[in-house]
Formats: sequence, structure tokens, C-alpha cells
Amino acid sequence: MSENKSRLQTLFEQGEFVVTGEIGPPKSANGEGIRKHAEHLKGYCDATNLTDNQTAIVRLSSIAAGMHVLKAGGEPIIQMTCRDRNRIAIQSDLLGAYSLGMKNMLCLTGDHQSFGNHPTAANVFDVDSIQLIRMVKRMKDEKVFACGEAIKKDEPRFFIGAVANPFADPFEVRVYRMEKKINAGAQFFQTQIIFDLERFERWMELVRERGLHERAYIMAGVMPVKSAKVAAYMQKNVSGMIVPDEMVTRLKNAEDQQAEAVEICVEQIKHIRKIKGVSGVHIMAVGWEEIVPSIAEKAGLLPRPQAAGIARVAG
Amino acid sequence: MIIAEQKPFEEIAKMTANFDKVLLLGCNECVTVCLAGGEKEVGVLAASLRMLRKQGDRPLITLEETVTRQCEWEYLDQIEKLAEEAECIISMACGVGVQFVAERFPDKWVIPALNTKSAGGSVKHGIWEERCGLCGECILYKTGGVCPVARCSKRILNGPCGGSQNGKCEVKDVDCIWDQIYKRMAALGRMDWLMEIEPEKDWSKARDGGPRKLIREDVMISE
Amino acid sequence: MSDFQPKIVAFCCYYCAYSAADLAGSMRLQYPPTVRMIEQPCSGRIDIRLILQAFEDGADGVYVAGCLEGDCHFLKGNYRAKLRVAQAKKILDDVGIGGDRVEMYNLSGSMGPRFAEIAHEMHERIKKLGPSPLNRKVEPSQLNCEAEPAAGQQ
Repeated sequence: MSENKSRLQTLFEQGEFVVTGEIGPPKSANGEGIRKHAEHLKGYCDATNLTDNQTAIVRLSSIAAGMHVLKAGGEPIIQMTCRDRNRIAIQSDLLGAYSLGMKNMLCLTGDHQSFGNHPTAANVFDVDSIQLIRMVKRMKDEKVFACGEAIKKDEPRFFIGAVANPFADPFEVRVYRMEKKINAGAQFFQTQIIFDLERFERWMELVRERGLHERAYIMAGVMPVKSAKVAAYMQKNVSGMIVPDEMVTRLKNAEDQQAEAVEICVEQIKHIRKIKGVSGVHIMAVGWEEIVPSIAEKAGLLPRPQAAGIARVAG
Repeated sequence: MIIAEQKPFEEIAKMTANFDKVLLLGCNECVTVCLAGGEKEVGVLAASLRMLRKQGDRPLITLEETVTRQCEWEYLDQIEKLAEEAECIISMACGVGVQFVAERFPDKWVIPALNTKSAGGSVKHGIWEERCGLCGECILYKTGGVCPVARCSKRILNGPCGGSQNGKCEVKDVDCIWDQIYKRMAALGRMDWLMEIEPEKDWSKARDGGPRKLIREDVMISE
Repeated sequence: MSDFQPKIVAFCCYYCAYSAADLAGSMRLQYPPTVRMIEQPCSGRIDIRLILQAFEDGADGVYVAGCLEGDCHFLKGNYRAKLRVAQAKKILDDVGIGGDRVEMYNLSGSMGPRFAEIAHEMHERIKKLGPSPLNRKVEPSQLNCEAEPAAGQQ
């Protein structure tokens, strides 16, 4: 049975505290960097997200990047947004990705194109993230395309991921929407980067109240913030994220800001691990992938467990 | 109503540079209300063009007229003589009006003076907002009378996305419409409705299905 | 150019500027004869078309004189006039005549000396600017109305 399942899913089902990483594909036609990063994360992360033209900037495609990760011996989580493809292209890509051996899919609505380097592009958003989740699930469970037509054989059987943002507004609605995603078919969640642990805990309380942690695996998003400058920048300029002042001050006052950044991240992971209902952490060290091993080690996440019935792969 | 805005003057000046006698044609419907192409705007644009051209050696003669509606043949029939006199017609209506004029006067060059923006209304003097996405299949009964198709930057049908902050959309300085939908549904005691997954929309009823045509035989009068 | 006598049209509100002009007269204050006054029931009566027409008919400068802000007899007429003058400035800039040639002033009926001052001010300004481009011949190459080749018809 388990050979059909992704390593990620198997680990969740074994009850492990799962660790995932993230790689942002380059703005070039060279996969070397992705392979290097995948090598780097090997043995420290159980699977790796490949972003889909994040912030609407043209990059090497997430599925192609996933292929580089597979070649490097890692396990990819393909991100799929609704911004650039209609339901025809999305389903076609789902078939393609699965045929290449990718088994994890993270469904997102996607950043609006106005944030990227092609702000004059057409707005696709044929479906939204919830409809996308439902579509991937129906392909798997009902063996049908979105139009209802049967998939006669070899349907894609993705382990379906979704995102949740405990820091966007309106606060209560965030949990309803998460539940809606679960109803649509989401099996695991990665949250937006958490800096405000207090708000995250309040959100998890609501999640537990509705029993959502028992219906899907929840991974908390963390990010090592390299310097006080970066933290201050994010505080001001990145929407949908709350960066507390204490963190900025702590980084500013540190002798070695990078060491402090690791320290903060490790503390967060240790804290998060104790919160009931959290099944893993998603470490987003985009641009600073080389730090992930030391975070994983200091946070006591090593060694990474084996997935029963799956040949050892890591990444 | 249809909301439109006058094109930059320089653009209109360029489009009309090769003509010596033009008819500026206003429309008394939507574009009059949104202060873009009514009788007054016709007068202002005509004077502006004349003054520009008077400074060169090719003065411009302008004819001015504003009809009840440019999107109906019978009102265009009334300006047949005037149109005959002009070398070209500068339509100050929405894109619909421009095309009706072009179709009604096939031997005339037609120039659009406006950019047609959206279907909406004036929320305050001087502010016009989009309200309807003309998607061809109204779902307002599911969303408390607030339209996500037209008013969500990502036209999400199961919102709000993660970019909703303090009731504002992260894309533009507009309200997050899903925030408003939730507030309204909560006030009306219909939150449970929003837990229903809204399935993929049938965009074939929108422009995506090709140009739309409405035929109602029940109102057709045979000749 | 020094013998250039501009033609200036002043649209004056009956309740303020027009009375101020009367007062200036009884005070025997001198102001330039280049200013031609047109009485208006309110500065809010001003329409952009009226301002543009003045220029088309030969004015070198135009100003609108309304009541002090907050003192309009019709409550908001002078605010409307202010916006319209601003729009007219933009149009005159677009057209190549120059927005500086039109101005909005606010004064009360008791401000006779101020009325004369405004007239002097506008007279000096327009004298400096010279005749309106509509009243002199300019090279067509100076105009930004080059023909678009694609639209070429006739």
C-alpha cells in the first residue's frame, strides 16, 4: 500500500514530527542551483516545496524544479497556483507532474500578478485554491476530470496540501476557510511564516475547537530572519505577516545577528513542537538554505526518521 | 451604468490630426452621468481641439451634437445629415456607442474619445466604483448581495485569500470584498452558507464563452 | 512687445468682486483698462466652456473672482469655481495656451483696494506672458499634434 503514498504522507501517518524545506527556483534555465540546494537539505528535511513563480515573478517552473529535486534524491512538494493557468492547464500539469513521480501537491490561489515582474499580464484565476483542492481530490477519489469526464486509467493520486494564514484578516474567518479547505480535500497544511507565536496559539485553539487538527496535518511555517534589517523590512513591506518589535530589537542588539537568527528560529520550533495539534514545521529559508541543517540540528529534529516501506530518500 | 473616462487630450489630438472637419458626438446616458461624454464634455473637447489647431496652419472645424443614446439606431438616424458633413466622428460614448456609430455610418472614420472602464456606479461625488463583472450568471444571492467576481482582485469564489489585511485588499487600495461579504453574511445570520464550497464557475456564460448575444423571440415584432 | 495691451476677461461674482469693483471706483482707485468685467450671479456660474470660449474669442487672460471661501451666497459656488478653474488650467496646458493665463481669486465686496490689486496683478502677469498663442502665429512644428501615420485617412 505504502508505495503509492508519498514519503511525506507516510511520515505523517507514522506520527512523526515532519520537517519540510523550500526552494525558490531561479530566474534562469539552469537547474544546477536547485540540485545543489536539494543536496543541501538532504537528511535534514523530509520533503521540499518548489514554489510556483512566487510573487508572480517568472521563474523556472515548479514541476521542472521538482524533477531536479527528484534527480538529487529528494522528495518534492509541487506548489500550484491559480494565477497563471486555467483548469485545463492545471489538470494537464497535474497529470504531467504525477507521471514524473511527484506525489505531493500544494494548492494555492497565488499572489496577484501586479506584485511581480509582469504586472500587465492577464488575470487567470479560473478557479480558486479551494476549487483547485477539490479538483485534485476528485481526480484521485472519483477518478474524474473537473468537467466530470472519467479518467479511464492512471489517475493522479496526489497527497494534497494547502496553506493557511493565521495572520490575515478577518481572524475567525481564517479557521472557517481552513475547514472549508479540509472539506474540499486538503490533507496537510503549511501555515504562513509565524513570528507572532501568541496569535498562532490563539489560532490553534480555534483549530482544535473545531477538531481540524484531527482531520489534517498542520505544519507551522518558520523562517530564520538573517538580520535586523531584513526583519524591519518585512515588518513594513510584507503584507499578511506580523513581525513583532521584540524580534527586531533582539536581532539588532545581538553581537552575531546570524547566530541570533538561528537561535530565535530554534526557540520557535521548540515552542511550536509543544503546541497540541501541530504535526511539523515548514522551514522557509529561501536564499539561506545552507542554514537549515544547523537549525534542524539545534532544534533537535535530527536524525530524520525513515518512512516505512519507502527506500531511503531525503531532501 | 457604464463608467468611462476621457482619453488623454494628446492622444485624441493625434487621432484627429488628419481631419479638418469633425463631428463630436456625445451620449446622454451613462457617460453624461459619469462626466465623461455628455453635452458639456463635447463642448469642452471641441473648444480644446479647435484652440490647439488654430495655433497651427490647419484649423479644425467642429460640429457638436449629443444624442439620447448612441447604442440605439433610432437616435443615430437623427444625426445622419450632420454625420454626412463631417470627415470623421469622434464618439464620446462608451465602446458600445463607438461601435454603433461605426456600424451606422460605414463610410465614416470613427474615433473613440473615451476609455470604457467598468460597470458600476458613483459612490460619492467624483468617485466611481466597479460593481458588476458581467459574468452572465449572477451569484449575488449566495454572497449577501456583494459581488466577488467583479470586486475581488482574484475573483475568488471561496474567499478571502491570505492577502486580506484590516479589511483591505493587498492588491489595490480597495476594500477586501470577502471581508465585506463575511461581515454581511454574519450580520444576516447566514455564515453557514459560506461554508458551502462554491464549485468552479461556468465562465462560458461570461466573455470567456465568446461574444454574447441575447435573443428574445417573445418581444420580436415581425415586419 | 512693450506696447502689447492684453485683453483680460474677469468673471466677477455679483456679491463680492462686482461690488468690490464698484467700491474701487468710488474710491477712485486706478486699475488697468485691459480688464473687462463680466458680471455673474455667482462664481459657481462659471463653466469651463465659458473660460475656453473667452480664449477662443480673443482673450489673453481670464480670471474668476468669487467670494471668500466659506462666504458664498449659494454655499459652495466658489468652491466649484475653484475646481473648474483648476480643470481649465489643465486643459489650457494640454492645448498649448498655458494654464497660467487663467486664475481664481477670492475677495469680499468690501475689498475695493484688493480688487484693484488683483487687476494689476493679472495685467502684469499676462503682459509678461505676451499675447495668447491664439492671437499670434506660431510654427506648426511647435505643436504636439503630429499625425499618427496609422490613422491616416484623407
